[in-house]
Amino acid sequence: MALLQDNFPTFLQGFGYTLLSSLIALVGSMILGTGFAIMQIMPQKWVRKLGNIYVQIFRNIPLLVITFFFFLVVSKYVKMSGFTSGTIALMLYTSAFIAETVRAGILSIEGGQMEGARANGLTFGQAMQHIILPQAFRVALPSLGNQFINLVKNSSILAFVGGLDLMYQGNMIAANTFETFGTYMIVGVMYLIITLPLSYYIQHLERKLKQA
Amino acid sequence: MSMIEFTNVEKYYGNFHALKNINLKIDEGETVVLIGPSGSGKSTLIRTVNGLEEIQEGQLLVNGFDLHDPKTDMNRIRKNVGMVFQHFNLYDNKSTLENIMLAPRLVLKRDEAENKKIAMELLEKVGLADKAANMPSELSGGQKQRVAIARSLAMKPKALLFDEPTSALDPEMIGDVLDVMRDIAKDSSMTMLVVTHEMSFAKAVADRVIFMADGEILEDSTTKAFFDNPKEARAKKFLSQVEHH
Ligand SMILES: Nc1ncnc2c1ncn2[C@@H]1O[C@H](COP(=O)(O)OP(=O)(O)O)[C@@H](O)[C@H]1O
Ligand SMILES: [Mg+2]
Repeated sequence: MALLQDNFPTFLQGFGYTLLSSLIALVGSMILGTGFAIMQIMPQKWVRKLGNIYVQIFRNIPLLVITFFFFLVVSKYVKMSGFTSGTIALMLYTSAFIAETVRAGILSIEGGQMEGARANGLTFGQAMQHIILPQAFRVALPSLGNQFINLVKNSSILAFVGGLDLMYQGNMIAANTFETFGTYMIVGVMYLIITLPLSYYIQHLERKLKQA
Repeated sequence: MSMIEFTNVEKYYGNFHALKNINLKIDEGETVVLIGPSGSGKSTLIRTVNGLEEIQEGQLLVNGFDLHDPKTDMNRIRKNVGMVFQHFNLYDNKSTLENIMLAPRLVLKRDEAENKKIAMELLEKVGLADKAANMPSELSGGQKQRVAIARSLAMKPKALLFDEPTSALDPEMIGDVLDVMRDIAKDSSMTMLVVTHEMSFAKAVADRVIFMADGEILEDSTTKAFFDNPKEARAKKFLSQVEHH
């Protein structure tokens, strides 16, 4: 307990950065992922191909490699901190998985509804927005929940690039105090403080949508 | 004035020649029934009329617009040409009323109160005013199809396309849907192109009957001429098959 009290501001700062990075990456990866999911089902073949290439690249490269690419390579041309490189990498990496999840959700919605909407005069975008995506997200919700929780945990790669997150601060405190066990216990609990409510909230949403 | 006009239209799916040299003129206000064996290209033909399928050669004019011209705005044609599908294709995440109100709101920017009034009148017309708040999953097949028809009518189209609207329905539901269609056909300004196997409906409502086989139009006759004395041997054979079904 003394460990927590003595280092509370440091833990709290790490917690804050982890939360911030996760939030930014979550919103960003949802937008990007949905965009690339839609690209992969567009009528134009080259657009589908482009979307598919993006997903294959970011899904099949380790997150750490993407992170270092931004931290060491891209930062030579565009100045960015470890926090920024890590958060961008996390966002792109997660967006590839979200694209796959949302695409599967879209495909599970019977194709007739898109055709019905187009014949009714709606544009592709209007049909997506009002008919297909709301149903696709509902189908994809359990799987999206898993992606969000993975995202929070994966944000610990920030520690490798001096991203000031929870894992990074934990490493610092452990190195200074030699209290490895206690430190990482506290770090673990702090991750749970983010992931458990998130997990319960997704379950709650699933139940609510099932009733609707 | 002609509402739909095919001139030497060819349609391919890859190498497969689905529509062969189609020439067909449908005037404003006409009701035309399209029949033929399964796989003959009826759906393909009807779906080219609102651009759900592209044509590769020839000219297709709908409401004066050339569908083969890439500059033609397809959404503008679809505003004027409604379509009713075999499997209804209702929006599963919207109530009956919302199914009807969505396109007029988004596409025509119709005033909300006016939109609701028109939608309720249409539900009344198809006999489903009491189902306004229900979701599609709570309706029977026949009810879904009547909502789908109301949804098309809400756009106040000049033409309506029907692709086997009663083929997926239980026999006892077919009558209600055909009654609604008969009612629409009475409106002298509405152009209707209907793919159906309901010969009694064709006899009672159609001005003309088109018979297709293997991607070709084999016969295009007035309804009376077609049923009294079909010219084509294949049409004769087809009629005896569906009528003794
Ligand atoms: N999307 C498609 N791709 C390839 N072939 C198709 C496609 N749609 C229809 N066809 C083929 O075109 C022919 C005509 O089909 P269709 O227009 O559905 O006939 P019908 O409605 O008269 O039963 C069939 O041989 C069918 O297999
Ligand atoms: Mg068909």
